[in-house]
Amino acid sequence: MGLFGKKRERSSSIAKDRLKLVLVYDRTGTSSNNAMIEMMKRDILRVISEYIEIDEDEFELDIKNSAMGGEGTVTSEIVANIPIKRIKRMSRNQY
Amino acid sequence: MQNVIVVTSGKGGVGKTTTSANIGVGLVREGHKVVLVDTDIGLRNLDVVLGLENRIVYDLVDVVEGTCRLKQALIKDKRYDGLFLLPAAQTRDKMAVSPDQMKVLIEDLEKEFDYIIIDCPAGIEQGFKNAVAGAKSAIVVTVPEVSSVRDADRIIGLLSASEIDDVKLLVNRMRPDLAKKGDMLSIDDVIEILGVGLIGVIPEDEMIFRASNLGEPAVGDDKSKAGAAYRATVKRIMGEDIPIGVFEEKDGFLAKVKKLFGGNR
Repeated sequence: MGLFGKKRERSSSIAKDRLKLVLVYDRTGTSSNNAMIEMMKRDILRVISEYIEIDEDEFELDIKNSAMGGEGTVTSEIVANIPIKRIKRMSRNQY
Repeated sequence: MQNVIVVTSGKGGVGKTTTSANIGVGLVREGHKVVLVDTDIGLRNLDVVLGLENRIVYDLVDVVEGTCRLKQALIKDKRYDGLFLLPAAQTRDKMAVSPDQMKVLIEDLEKEFDYIIIDCPAGIEQGFKNAVAGAKSAIVVTVPEVSSVRDADRIIGLLSASEIDDVKLLVNRMRPDLAKKGDMLSIDDVIEILGVGLIGVIPEDEMIFRASNLGEPAVGDDKSKAGAAYRATVKRIMGEDIPIGVFEEKDGFLAKVKKLFGGNR
């Protein structure tokens, strides 16, 4: 069903999209969200540390809203700052 | 679900109190001894939904403050053997009770009752904290509407922060015909967005108005389709595996529910 067709757009689809978006903002900063970010940080840290030595104290990860979408549209993104201490030698993967 | 269940929603007016009353009466009809606890201090309503408003002498705050014994404040429903109401105070505010006091109260009630159903006030402040303090499980009530689902999501987050992990969703006032036309969020949409298991779907039903006028929860009414949906919900709470009806078929919700009950009506 196209926008110019006779059929109206399903208002439920619009409702669903609006909800999904608003919940991204709502969940930012909540305690469960912060717990999720901490878990994500731990997992990312573990994976990266297999290859690169990073500065754990300076490792930042956050979900932020920014007005990047144009026409006043706000989008959400993951912002990470991961300072590198040393890149390990890739001995394991040198086939 | 576990024996201490808080019925909550965040948003007001989506059917928390009606749901609490119907689940309470439904569990009693299944042979359980049940107490309904109204934690909406200052704005109590569970008493009128149950038709017990003329029998209140003492309330929850009286019990907590030691003005009366717990048994004195419990109102026994004469129509349903095994159903009791612990009413909220009407002339006090939410700060009259603390979460720690609620925990003690619920522990006392657990000694007497098979199920404790806690009707939570709207909002996320002290009243919510009191209501969830002693709860082990939660039923989050939502209607298929953006504002209500949004608030439900917030409540689900707060429940998890309160370490209540057994959280189920009840979708109220469903209009399968509107969902089919695409003018109402479907059950699948709501579940996908909230990521919580479903305990029941209650269709919009005019009989609910009649039930509230009479002070007799619809779950006891064989002609009410909402009542039938509540009866199925109660069985699921008790652990029975009853499928939720498929809503987008021609024979409609009532026929589905009839099938669920073996067409015995």
